[in-house]
Amino acid sequence: MLRYMLKRLVSLCLSLLVASAVIFLCIEVVPGDPAAYMLGMNAQEDTLAALRAELGLEGSTLSRYFAWVGGMVQGDFGTSYTYRTPVAEMIGERLWVSLPLAVYALVLSTVIAFPAGIWAASRRGRLADYGVMGMTQLGVAIPNFWFAMLMVLVFAINLRWMPAGGFAGWDEGLFAALKSLTLPAIALALPQASILARVMRSSLLDTLGEDFIRTARAKGLTRAQALWRHALRNALIPVLTIIGLQFSFLLAGAIIIENVFYLPGLGRLVFKAISARDLIVVESVVMLLVFAVIMVNFAVDMAYAAVDPRLRKGGQGR
Amino acid sequence: MTARLDTTTGSGMRRAMGNRSLVIGLFLTVFFAGMALISLIWVPYDITQLHIADKLHTPEPAHLLGTDHFGRDILSMIMVGARTSIAVALVAVGIGMGLGVPLGLWAAARKGSLVDELIMRGNDVVFAFPSLLIAIIITAIFGASALNAIIAIGIFNIPVFARLTRSGALSLWTRDYVLAARVAGKGPARISIEHILPNVTNLLIVQGTIQFSLGILAEAGLSYVGLGAQPPIPSWGRMLADSQTMISFAPHLAIFPGLAILFTVLGLNLLGDGLRDSFDPRLRRGRE
Repeated sequence: MLRYMLKRLVSLCLSLLVASAVIFLCIEVVPGDPAAYMLGMNAQEDTLAALRAELGLEGSTLSRYFAWVGGMVQGDFGTSYTYRTPVAEMIGERLWVSLPLAVYALVLSTVIAFPAGIWAASRRGRLADYGVMGMTQLGVAIPNFWFAMLMVLVFAINLRWMPAGGFAGWDEGLFAALKSLTLPAIALALPQASILARVMRSSLLDTLGEDFIRTARAKGLTRAQALWRHALRNALIPVLTIIGLQFSFLLAGAIIIENVFYLPGLGRLVFKAISARDLIVVESVVMLLVFAVIMVNFAVDMAYAAVDPRLRKGGQGR
Repeated sequence: MTARLDTTTGSGMRRAMGNRSLVIGLFLTVFFAGMALISLIWVPYDITQLHIADKLHTPEPAHLLGTDHFGRDILSMIMVGARTSIAVALVAVGIGMGLGVPLGLWAAARKGSLVDELIMRGNDVVFAFPSLLIAIIITAIFGASALNAIIAIGIFNIPVFARLTRSGALSLWTRDYVLAARVAGKGPARISIEHILPNVTNLLIVQGTIQFSLGILAEAGLSYVGLGAQPPIPSWGRMLADSQTMISFAPHLAIFPGLAILFTVLGLNLLGDGLRDSFDPRLRRGRE
């Protein structure tokens, strides 16, 4: 296990290094002079020089890269050019919207997908199965931002049950804050729940076909008992993997949904930064999201290995 | 015994459903592709002309899907928008296949070597960038355009096809006919092209349809947030973005482009499912 963990840890560090290098190259090297890019065509030479000094553009590319990575490790993401505030502070504020939104959507997705997947598997080949599978086909095909707009139309504009957009803020109390995140979370959760329900169903059906289930049935358990007592727990491993992977997709997917609901999260931040040509903010937000994706994948791998010893052996190349 | 009976009836019904998926999927796909093609030679109204006097009509015989805030015919806009969506997604799948498949074949032919390791770890790194993030990086530097959306979705597709090709190819490399080809003196490159590639084509076609549908969704999302096709090129995603402020008094502006995306993506997904079932009946059991 230790050897496998070390190997994955090395590969994690390499992935982070390469990803950060790619982001740095794309954003700070490809545009040529980032200061000239950020200030536009009519910039004065002295303003340019000042911004270059502020961004630390004097050094070599390599030293700038290491300064950037070193800063991030210490929680220093640089200073936003347009807002004149530390990027870390801005990201911290926005995370209080984006992170709860992603978690909320993940919880919703799981709460919807588990019963749906289990129900479909236990009614395999029957009407309920086809009903659930048909719904998941729709759920995967609906653009979630469009679904979000339709929900605004129905629940905010027509029925007036929910706010059409904006974020109440956590100071207004948990209920108000969660209320303003509910429609966005449903929109984000819908496609993920559809995928998860399908994975749950097929994993459960695979497990139900295993020998130990036949043994359990032979010992006199009903199909339902075998499903609940034996199959479900074994079917959960692939499902948990998908849940882990979905979290990073939810964080990134929230970028678009935040725009539908005018939520002050990372998504809004990054789009404002793009139109203001604030490269430092774009670079930091992208790096943070990529970091989240890589870390979640790593955590999923570790959890997987802890649950299933066969994988550890595979990892050692035996 | 009951369980066995269940399975038999189940698989019979599934087979019927599998074919039905194929038929419905093919119908929807041909319908939207046909609409895009027809728009090249004919549309009900010229969408470059603004008719402010006719603005925001609800669906009526003269304008089957109504008109937008500039008086442009929604049906015509959806027909021309289909072109953008399909072109972006199709080229993005082309990029993904064009680069991913050779990389996957190469990695499989040199399994366990440094090349294999590099290709697979490279894939992992690209996988850490959801297509939206790639698009954000590209637009932050080069500005928003349909071309940049294609590149972003295309890059995202590369590891998908590389992984699929590699895993499909690895199982083929152990087959007797590949061994025979090696004995006959064929090199890894020739074996990959002559024996491996034809046998992973089915896998690639199925995955291609799925990536195509994901590409349509991604293009719509990117255009919606302004990172995709720019005016005056019509696109479904931007039609939705434009409609957002008017949704309370003109919901038809939002409903029809959304339905177009939904049915195109649904059609491609069903087509993919149906193709998978008809290519490989063994996969039927695992069908989600």
